[in-house]
Amino acid sequence: MSAVDTQLAPAAPRAKSRFWTKFRRNRAAMVGGVIVAFFVLLAIAAPILPIADPLATSWTAIRLAPSADYPMGSDEIGRDILSRMIWGAQASLMAGVVSVVIAVASGVPIGLIAGYFGGWTDTIISRFTDALLAMPFLIMAIALAAFLGPSLTNAMIAIGLSAMPIFIRLTRAQVMSVKTEDYVEGARAIGLGHMAIMRRYILPNIIPPIIVQATLTVATAIIAEASLSFLGLGQQAPAPSWGSMLNVAKNFLTQAPWMAWWPGAAIFLVVIGFNLIGDGLRDALDPREH
Amino acid sequence: MTQPILSLRGLTTAFKTEDGWKEVIRDISFDVQPGETVAIVGESGSGKSVTSLSIMGLLDSRARVSGQVLLDGRDLLALTEAEMRSVRGNDIAMIFQEPMTSLNPVFTVGRQIAELLIRHGKVARDQVRAEVLRLMDRVRIPNAAARMEEYPHQFSGGMRQRVMIAMALAARPRLLIADEPTTALDVTIQGQILDLIKEIQEEQGMAVLFITHDMGVVAEIADRTVVMYRGDRVETGATADLFTDARHPYTRALLAAVPRLGDMTDQDWPLRFPSVDMDSGTITAQAAVSNPINRSATPVLSVKNLVTRFGSGSDLLGRPTGKVHAVENVSFDLWQGETLSLVGESGCGKSTTGRSILRLVQPEAGHVQLDGFDVLTAGARDLRRMRRSGQMIFQDPFSSLNPRMTVGQTVIEPILTHKLAGRAEARDRAAELLRQVGLDGSMMDRYPHEFSGGQRQRIAIARVLGLNPKVIVADESVSALDVSIKAQVCNLLMDLQDRLGLAYLFISHDMAVVERVSHRVAVMYLGEIVEIGPREAIFADPQHPYTRRLIAAVPIPDPARRGLRRGGEIDELKSPVRPLGFQPPQRQWRQVSDRHFVMAG
Repeated sequence: MSAVDTQLAPAAPRAKSRFWTKFRRNRAAMVGGVIVAFFVLLAIAAPILPIADPLATSWTAIRLAPSADYPMGSDEIGRDILSRMIWGAQASLMAGVVSVVIAVASGVPIGLIAGYFGGWTDTIISRFTDALLAMPFLIMAIALAAFLGPSLTNAMIAIGLSAMPIFIRLTRAQVMSVKTEDYVEGARAIGLGHMAIMRRYILPNIIPPIIVQATLTVATAIIAEASLSFLGLGQQAPAPSWGSMLNVAKNFLTQAPWMAWWPGAAIFLVVIGFNLIGDGLRDALDPREH
Repeated sequence: MTQPILSLRGLTTAFKTEDGWKEVIRDISFDVQPGETVAIVGESGSGKSVTSLSIMGLLDSRARVSGQVLLDGRDLLALTEAEMRSVRGNDIAMIFQEPMTSLNPVFTVGRQIAELLIRHGKVARDQVRAEVLRLMDRVRIPNAAARMEEYPHQFSGGMRQRVMIAMALAARPRLLIADEPTTALDVTIQGQILDLIKEIQEEQGMAVLFITHDMGVVAEIADRTVVMYRGDRVETGATADLFTDARHPYTRALLAAVPRLGDMTDQDWPLRFPSVDMDSGTITAQAAVSNPINRSATPVLSVKNLVTRFGSGSDLLGRPTGKVHAVENVSFDLWQGETLSLVGESGCGKSTTGRSILRLVQPEAGHVQLDGFDVLTAGARDLRRMRRSGQMIFQDPFSSLNPRMTVGQTVIEPILTHKLAGRAEARDRAAELLRQVGLDGSMMDRYPHEFSGGQRQRIAIARVLGLNPKVIVADESVSALDVSIKAQVCNLLMDLQDRLGLAYLFISHDMAVVERVSHRVAVMYLGEIVEIGPREAIFADPQHPYTRRLIAAVPIPDPARRGLRRGGEIDELKSPVRPLGFQPPQRQWRQVSDRHFVMAG
């Protein structure tokens, strides 16, 4: 009793700076951040970059291989692929990120309510979620987009709502396991209200799997936007998006494979970038990880 | 001297960490003779489990094991994995702590035992069923022929541990390693399992290596004892010698920290544990404090006819088919500065009683008066104000603090929630509270995972103290802690009681601790209080048969008193699940002496 054990690790910095220190120390996450930042900057800078008009066609430059004039080649009606890639980054990144934000912002609160309150609330929400999940993701996105009308914005809403049930389910399951922890009951015993318990005790403890799911869903959403564009429900032709470029390119895989390389590689890189960031966030947000 | 069956020579195990290899056990040497029981005892982190896993070769590739593990003269560390597999189960069998998760839930118990027999190939196929029956009989499972067709979930914890033992015995091993096999079990069941292991050992002449943290269990079962401390073997000796004449200071400290049932016979008041320095073994007795309780005042907590029942099972429409009578007609009073212990075995309703009183679960009927609040009928606002008066500390220090909140936030939060202070003032107050529980105010920016179990429990106490509660429900709050830490936290609780006049409802299954800290004791069985009275009356003069059984089952850390008690009865705790509409019988109470009541009939 005389010597209460006070042996601890050396003093740790405050929470916020600790988060950044940890995130920056994570090399993989920084690589992901650089990749995503690169494409975001490119998309923002598209109007001021010295590149060709992404919509200008040329009958003399159909499906040209990469060259000095066309650094990434040209497409089936003679448009500059480099230029279309840069402008297309806008639509694809927007579609990926905005639709995931919609899915998370709607799915997580609903899942939280279902898992936390249980009972009838949970039964109703869960049945509704099951019904939505029974429909294939893409079919539902197409149906919703068709209902809302063709435009990039509506495509993003459609994709976001189609991805929502996954987040409802995931959140609900996580809440149900965290809810049984003693610290949640302790919070009730202290006299905290439901909102405070959900915000301070449950949400922070269920964030990691949601972040991972969100970064994976960004990838799915970018590809879903491609499919919608292909059906004329997403980005409206002739405006470019990576997905729509890839969809066209698949018809010319043998004659002009470069048409598929660039959007394919870009989607691949962005998806990896988001996944790496997601892993880094998950670790940096967890005070237990070192 | 005969050749030992197991002989460790300089066993050293290191784990790979970021900073290179870190030795977790160093130079462990001891022998186990045929038919002998050797206990390895130590607190968490002493390396006792790593020792057993090293013997079995069950550590993964991040571990490096050196030295020698000789089984009948053959070095197990030199064997290939395939050879080792045939040693496990055949020559050495192992049983673990958690009987709830060690059996496969989708196969019948009989089939799981049979599968093992077939794999070891020691029994002809047509003999398997007979052998399964024989094994189940051997571990004293009543009605074995019928029960072998049942699934693990139909078995209680103690019965499952019997099944695990039956499976360990299947290949007639020469050595049984038992890693905390009774820690997860209730005390009456623990006694039965210890008896069983001893009987089987005598019948089969098997050697047992018994790993435990419980000095009472050691005294009960071990011929010789190995004491481990932070990865070193500090002392080995005959158990009886060790208890009377320990040489190493750590062993003496460990023994001094263990509460013994019966220590308190001549004490009028709860008694603090002596403080013990684990390194030097110096023992300093704590000053006895008498804190008279004013029983003529209004009780700070008054519980009358409390009933809490839960639905159980469900029919086709999802309606419950029965009811768990978790708390049935429970009444008691608690005065300022008093500790009332609620004791009983798992499922007896003691935790539910604690949670019902604070309305963390909704009781069905009854009256709870807590510091002037009518708890069960209070509206949302009164309930919130009531929270300041009645607080709770939980069992598991690893799940009772929000891992995402710093210690400072954790301690400040209740103060801010109830607007007892502004932000800056709350921070000062939190630092002061941390000092009160023996921690340092500079720890405020750290997260719970950086603290040990005992420190976390102190943080949890500081958190609730911020509200100046009158009553604290301590639900098994020291049960998960090592003996020395347990003593410290109990002392802290008693200090705080002394200083702040706190009343504790101390929920525990640990009779020796209860004897030490309580003013009064209530014994619960199947949701009802069967006996309640002053601590000295309950322990010296138990009236109800269940109270007697409970006290008799506690292992006593004194090898000289081994085997003086316990009959051979094997029964499981009955279930508190009743059909819908069940009317509990009217109970009669008999007064034994002043304030000592026992349920009649």
